[in-house]
Formats: sequence, structure tokens, C-alpha cells
Amino acid sequence: MPTRSGDGLERSIYRFVVRFSLKDTIFICALVALAQVFYYISLDLPKNIMNQGIQGKGVAFPVDIAGLGLLSLDQVGYLMWLCFLFLLAVLVNGGLKQFVNSLKGKLGERLLRRLRYLLMARILRFPVAHFRKTSSGELIPMLTAEVEQIGGFMGDAFVQPLMQAGMLLTIAIFLFAQNPIMGFAAISLFPIQAYIVPVLQKRVKELGKERVKTVRKISERIGETVGGIQEVRTLGTAAWERADYTERFGTVYRIRFAIYQRKSLVKFINNTLNQCAPLMFYAIGGYLVIHGSLSVGALVAALSAHKDMTAPWKELLDYYQQAQDAQQKYEQVVEQFQPDNLLPAGLHAPAEAPAKPFDGPIVANALTVQEDAQTKLLEGVSFELPLGTHVALVGPSGGGREALAMTLARLYQPTSGSLRIGSRDMAQISDADLGARMGYVGPNAYVFSASLRDNLAYGLRQRVLAPHEDAARERLLVEAARAGNLPLDVEAQWIDYAAAGAADAADFDRVATEVLAKVDLAEDVFLLGLRGQIDPVRRKNVADAILTARAAFRQRLTGAQADPALKGLVETFDPERYNDNATLGENLLFGTALDASLAGDALAAQPDFRRILDETGLGAELPIMGRKVAETMVELFADLPAGHEFFDRFSFIAADDLPAFQTVLARTVPLADGSLPADISTEDRARLASLPLKLVDARHRLGLIDKAFKERALVARKALREKLPEKLRAKIAFFDPDIYNAAASIQDNILFGRIAYGQAKAQASVGAAIREVLEALGLRERVFEIGLDFQVGVAGGRLSAPQRQKLAIARALAKRPELLVLNDAVAVLDRTGQARLLESLVAAADGTTLVWATQDTASAARFARVMVFAEGRLVQDGTYADLVARDGTLKELVAA
Amino acid sequence: MSLKEETEALRRIPLFQNLDPAKLKLLAFMSQRLTFEPGQAVFAQGDPGDAAYIVLEGEAVVSIDTPNARIDIARLARNEIVGEIAILCDVPRTAHVTAAGDKPLICLKIEKNDFIGMLTEFPNMAVEIMRELARRIVNTNQQLRQAVAAKG
Repeated sequence: MPTRSGDGLERSIYRFVVRFSLKDTIFICALVALAQVFYYISLDLPKNIMNQGIQGKGVAFPVDIAGLGLLSLDQVGYLMWLCFLFLLAVLVNGGLKQFVNSLKGKLGERLLRRLRYLLMARILRFPVAHFRKTSSGELIPMLTAEVEQIGGFMGDAFVQPLMQAGMLLTIAIFLFAQNPIMGFAAISLFPIQAYIVPVLQKRVKELGKERVKTVRKISERIGETVGGIQEVRTLGTAAWERADYTERFGTVYRIRFAIYQRKSLVKFINNTLNQCAPLMFYAIGGYLVIHGSLSVGALVAALSAHKDMTAPWKELLDYYQQAQDAQQKYEQVVEQFQPDNLLPAGLHAPAEAPAKPFDGPIVANALTVQEDAQTKLLEGVSFELPLGTHVALVGPSGGGREALAMTLARLYQPTSGSLRIGSRDMAQISDADLGARMGYVGPNAYVFSASLRDNLAYGLRQRVLAPHEDAARERLLVEAARAGNLPLDVEAQWIDYAAAGAADAADFDRVATEVLAKVDLAEDVFLLGLRGQIDPVRRKNVADAILTARAAFRQRLTGAQADPALKGLVETFDPERYNDNATLGENLLFGTALDASLAGDALAAQPDFRRILDETGLGAELPIMGRKVAETMVELFADLPAGHEFFDRFSFIAADDLPAFQTVLARTVPLADGSLPADISTEDRARLASLPLKLVDARHRLGLIDKAFKERALVARKALREKLPEKLRAKIAFFDPDIYNAAASIQDNILFGRIAYGQAKAQASVGAAIREVLEALGLRERVFEIGLDFQVGVAGGRLSAPQRQKLAIARALAKRPELLVLNDAVAVLDRTGQARLLESLVAAADGTTLVWATQDTASAARFARVMVFAEGRLVQDGTYADLVARDGTLKELVAA
Repeated sequence: MSLKEETEALRRIPLFQNLDPAKLKLLAFMSQRLTFEPGQAVFAQGDPGDAAYIVLEGEAVVSIDTPNARIDIARLARNEIVGEIAILCDVPRTAHVTAAGDKPLICLKIEKNDFIGMLTEFPNMAVEIMRELARRIVNTNQQLRQAVAAKG
């Protein structure tokens, strides 16, 4: 049996420190010992300065320094010489201390880095079943906050007590050397402290353990509340949740306060006893001086030495408290990282060479998989599966098909029996080798927070193919190795494009297109590309290509070869015309705001914007129009409850603002000629003026924008273009037929206008036309590349569940696996989607061993071989036609 | 044409005639005004019924598929509604509706989900609709009785 601490995660923090920093620790300790010599000198010299230098006792002047006749000094000179020596001793002692501190800091940080790394490496080796019992809410604080405190202590673990005790001892020796009685006086109170403190501290330690446990439970609960937030809301249990936190935070409060009280008691006792010590000096030392058995200089030196003593003593006590704390935290963390059935560390060794192909059939022999002592997931399963076979695993849920799929992907380890692929035992193949050759997609596959492209390439990262040639990064790796971290550069070339059948990174987009087409995701990615934005400066060639597409699209709208089907479907941006399908705001700015100060409601309140509109006369009109819009909105929506979806979809005014607008309406009753009273506040004016800016004439049909108004709007557009200050103009992407609009999507850049409202099937016709234009120009791939840049969000949150599954399958296909295990991987798709994907996958997996574990028994008909599992056993194995004709589980499943 | 006129058009639909004008205005505001070119399909037989259409301008022809050919069975003119049942229950389209004549057909499209959303929010509106439907059942029953009596 391998020892639990094989990777160095020792049971005790001291053993951990010794194991990974023995040499450094010894070296630092030697330096500490050396520093004591100079420290002693710095203690001893003041006495000589007092007695010899100042009082001139026992010295004959001039003094011959070092007895060589080179330097002869009078009393003042001698005093200065002694002072110089004192300074030297202080500097050397201080310098050594600083050096030691820096060394132990490095030592501590390295150990912390190592500890974190070891813990993380352990997490990667946890058996899958363990993650059902452990939440990330528990693990995260352990690796982040908890180890941080431990790490700070590890550098000090041996050095600090040695350093402080060394100082104490030096001082004590010095005191004894002055006068044994004084020495006793100085240390007389230590035994009392040394007895009381640990007694008090013991309880603190217990409380500390409790605190860690409670806080951990709280993190777990927070994770649960966050994860289940929809349930908490819909089940209306927020109050109960809060009560639960009240209770938990209360427990932490009580524990923390109890710890605080005990710690402060320890401090109080210490401080009091420390302050009592000088009393001993004054009494005993004074008595000795009076009786002439002690010099004043010696007493002063002793006093100052004793003063120095309180600092290291305090440090020692602090150290003691920290040590208790750190040891206990360390134990509690390490304890959490010792699950049963930890995966062997060897499986995670970085691959050195390309993975070997599988060299023979998959053979299971009396394969049994147990989750724990009671539950058998698979029992005595034996079969032989030649490479290249397509097999369906069916059976009731929990009957064993899922377990076998997961065991084939080595997410479960056989408890007994064996599973071999060709000449190799499955348990012996490293993760990297298996991962390169096998693809697995479960029912809830995870996609990483990165671009679609990065997600597709994620499965191609088993080993470093070419190092990152950079001396600075090399040095970083050397340091990483010192802390026991894996010295492989994450920035190096990891992605094995060749494994995906691509020549290089650029060629990978082609492969991505192919695999995405196989999983029925290509169209989605193309649409994401159309909706995507690019930086036209950084990707000038793409922007230029899109501008070509814009010109080509325009040809189809107007001109000699105009497509009659597109007539009236798009209203192009024209500086000389009002665009009925764009908002009034867009019409005025004739561009898209790049900045929040010009977007939405903020625009109406923007001072320069307002000033210029006032100059053109439009400024007075907008609030009047806004008032009419507000009236209509209040009339239409006042009866609806706040939060009704109609507000978001149709209203110009948010539900929360509706009452405010009602009072604004009451305050601003117009005069007989339709104009607003003069005494309306600027805020009300801006509020009302913001509403019509959102009006799209063709869509909202409120009849407020007539021909004359449009003309005035065009005048205002020109005035804005000319008079807006330069710094504001920089925040607007103006509609310009020759310039790529960075604030708009690819599609909008091609359109250079708006799809007309109210034209039946306009979206579809225009979409098809854009597609044709892009295809004719050979730009489909370009748009697809932009689609591949799409960031999928945390856990793929910006994709739908079917899209995530398809992406995961594409990721598995991208590495061209020899064995592809799909465990209910398409269950979230609708029926037709499932059927289509199955056909496509069966075709894509030609020559590949395809294992299709499914709850959809009917789909098994598509497979050459069907294995039926029930209660953990393989109950039927054969062709679908054969098994379905015979009495047995498959027949029952199909009939059900 | 503006919201006011559309509201007016809605009010002329028998199913909506007794509804509160303010609610009709909201319904009009939420509805989409659509233009179909002559010959363009509004919907096809067998499509899921997701909306009702009210003719505001132009003409539409209703036709059904038979084993041999497609036959026209009715024509729709201004202020007539088609698909009103579809916005109350899930039924596939029982006929084709196509823009006819030489002028474009302009319709107001009432989405089923929005209409149901309004009914849920305003029970009075639902009651009025129910009343209208009940009246139709009475009428149909009466007609049936008469037809049976005439036959007998």
C-alpha cells in the first residue's frame, strides 16, 4: 500500500517544513546563531562605553588600539572608537537579521506555493464519487484563505523560535555575566508565564478548530444557496435561509469572541508580568549599587538589556499562539485531502511522447465497480469489444450502462476484475495518454470560460510540444521547480494541432468548422459570428472585407442588379434622410454611442447635446413629444402589475419609473397652445425629452413623428455633427458608408441600415441575402472565425444547454479519438435534434470505437451491437434485431 | 395609419367589440403591423397557429389543399380577422392564407402569447371574450337545430 504522504502532504506542519526545506532551515539557523555573537557585543559594549569611555575607569589614556601601536587615542577619541564599534555591532546584527528575514520569507512563500500546489494536485486526483460529497464552496477557501495563514507561519516554523530564544538566551547570559542575582531577577517570572499560557492556549486551540469547521460549513451553505437561488426564490424560502444564516453567523460570533477573550487574557497576563520585572531590577540592582557590588553602568546596561528581553519574549509567545493555530489549520486542511481511493499520482505524470495507439480490443473480465461498500454499480461484467465497433449500451437508469460508460472513460476505477485495451491494463494508462486517444461526453458536459475555439482545442493539450523560448520564463520555471510545482510552461505550445488533423493554429479553424458541422452547431456559430463585434484597428483585413460585403449587399438593394425580393426590406443609413426604422436618438446622432454618457436616458441630459438641440429649436419640441409618449405609456401600462414582462418588452418607461412619470405629467400640464409651461424644472424636461429619443417611427406607430419633424431632425443632425465638441464626437461611431462601425455587429455593418419593421419575413429574407453575399465573396469562413471567438461565459452560460452539449461533443471529435464514449450526451436535445446528431455522429465515427450509452432504447437500433444492462449486470449482448425478437430486457424496454 | 386607427380596426372585430378601448389600444401597441406583397403567404395549412391577423388594407385569399389541387374557399377584406381561434388554443392552421389582389396586404398580427398574457392579466377581458364565444355557441346550436328541423 502506498504511503499516504507519498506526495509530501505530511500529517504535521513541522514534518512538512523539514521535508521540503531542511537544508535552507539549517543554513538560516546557522546565520541566526552567528547573529547572536554580534548581538551579545552590542549588549556588552554600552557597559564599556559607560565605564571606560565616559567615566574613564580602568583605562590608561592614551589607549593603544589592538596593541599594535598603529592607533593611539585619548579619552574622547576612545569613546568615539567604542561608539563606532557599537555601531558596527548593531549594523552587523541588524544586517544579518534582515538577511535571515528575507531568506525565511522566501522559504515560507515557497512552502506555501508548494502546499497549494500539492493540494490542487490532490483535488485533480480525487475520485469522481468524492466530488458528490465535497462542494467547491468547501475546497475554495481551503486553498485560498486558509493556507495563506499556514504559509505565513511555515517560514517561521523553526527560525522564529530559534531567533527569539537565541536573543533571550544571549540577554540572559549577558545578565548572568553581569551579576548572577540580576540574571535570576530577569528570568524569575518566566516560569509562571510559561506555565499559565499553554493552559489558556489549549482552549483557544479547541475553539479554533470549531471555528474552522463552522466557517467551512458556512461556505458550503453559501455555495448551496447561490446554486439553488432559483429554488429559494420560487419556493419562497428566503426568510428561512436568512434564519439559517442568523444561526450560523451567531455560532461563529460566539466562537470568535471566546477566542478573542482568551487571547487577550493571555496578553494581559504577559504584559503585566513583563512590566513587573523592572521592579526586581530597581529593588535588587539598586540595593547592589548602593552596596557597591554593582556599577551604575552595569545596572543601566542590565536595564536596557532587560527591556530588549520583553520583545523576543513577546515574539516567542506570539509564535507559540501562531504555531498552535497553524498546526491545527494545517491538520484540518490536510485531513480534507485524504479521501479513499485517491487516484494514483502516476496517472497524472506529464506525457513525454505522443500517446500510443490502442493495439487491441477492449476486454472486460469480471469487471466490478463499487461506489462504496454497499452500492455495486457494475458486477462481474465480461465482454470483448473489437476496436472500431459501434455499440449501444442500454438498460434502465442506474442499471449499469452509465457506470460502464464512465468506467471506460476511467471516471470510475474497477474495484475488482480487469479492463484492458489491447496489451495495456486500463488502470495503467496515464490520463494524458488516455485523454489523447479517448473522448468522453456525459449528460452535463462542462465547457470552460473561454472562446469557442479555445474550448474546441482544450482536449488537445496533453503535453508540451515546443517550449516557450524565453529566458525570463525559464527562470520562472526554475523557481517553480524549487517549490515543487510542475515546471512546465503554460504559455508553451501545448495544443497538438496535428492530432486534430490541422497543420497549425490557423488551419485549426478549418477543423473547427468541420467538427462543428458534424454536431449541427456550424449554423449557430455562423450566426454568433454575424452578431459578433471586432476591433477594426486590430483586425483591419476583416473590417475591410466586411466593408466589401457592405458594398456588395448595397448592390443587391439598389442599382441595376437589385434583388426585387429585397425591395423595401432594408432602410439604409443616409445622411440626407430620416431613417424610419431607427430610433430618433440614432437619427439625431447619426451614429452609435460608444460610451454610457451618450447612451439611453443619459443622452437627453447631456449638456452639449441639449444646447445644440435648443439652438435648432428641437430642444423645445422633445419634452412636448415626450409628454405625449408618457401619456400613452401611462394609459397603456398603468394597470399592469410592476415586473410584468410587457414592461420589458413594450414599454418606454420601466415599471418602477411609471409613478414618477405620472407625477411629472401632473406637474407639466401643457398650455392652451400645446407648449409646456415655462416653470418646468430642468430634470422634468430632460426626463420627458429622453422618451421620444427611443421612438422608432415605423415600429411604434404613435404618429408623433411627421414629415416636417423629420426635416427639423435632419437639421439638428447636421448641427450636432458640426457643433458637438471633439471629445464627445470621439465617443460616437458615426454611420459612414466607408468606415467600419466598431460599436455595431458584423451583420449591422453589412446591413448599414435597419431591417424594415412590418415587412413580412424581412428578417429571413435579409438574413439569406447577407449569407449569399458573404458566400459569394468567400467571407463565410471569416464570419465563422469571428463566431469562434465568441466567449461562452462561465460554465458556458452564454450558450444554451443543447449548444453546450454539442460543443462538448465537437471538442471530443476534434481530437479524432480512437474510442468515443457518449453517455446520454444528447439527452437535452429535442427528438429531431437527437436523431440528426446520432446519424451525423455514426457517420463521423466511422472506424472509431463508438460507445453510445443511452436512455433512448430505440436509438440502439442504429448500432451493430447492443449491450443491455440491468442491476449492474450485462444481461443481454447481441444485435438489436436479434435481441428485440427474443424475450428479455430489451424487448421489455422497447415495449415500455 | 397610426395606433389610433388600428385600435379602431380592432374594435370592429366582433370578438373584441365589447372590450375596454384602453386594453384594445395596448393590444394594438403590442401587435405588429405587417405588409405582405401580393402572392406572399401569410401562413400555410398545417403551420402551428401562433397568431391572428386582422386585415387593415388590401385583400387575402383563404384556400385549402385537397388531394387534387388547392381550392380557394374565402376572401378576406378590410377589418376581417383570420386565425382568431389559433390565439386561444393550440391548433394547426386549417387553411392557407395568401395576400391577394394587386395591392400589398397590410395586417395587424396579434401574437398568441401576448394575447394570452393580456387575458391572464385582465380577467374582465377574459370574461368578455368568453361571453362572445358562448354567444357563438348559442348561435351555432340554433342554426344546427334549424338545420335538423328543416331536414326532418
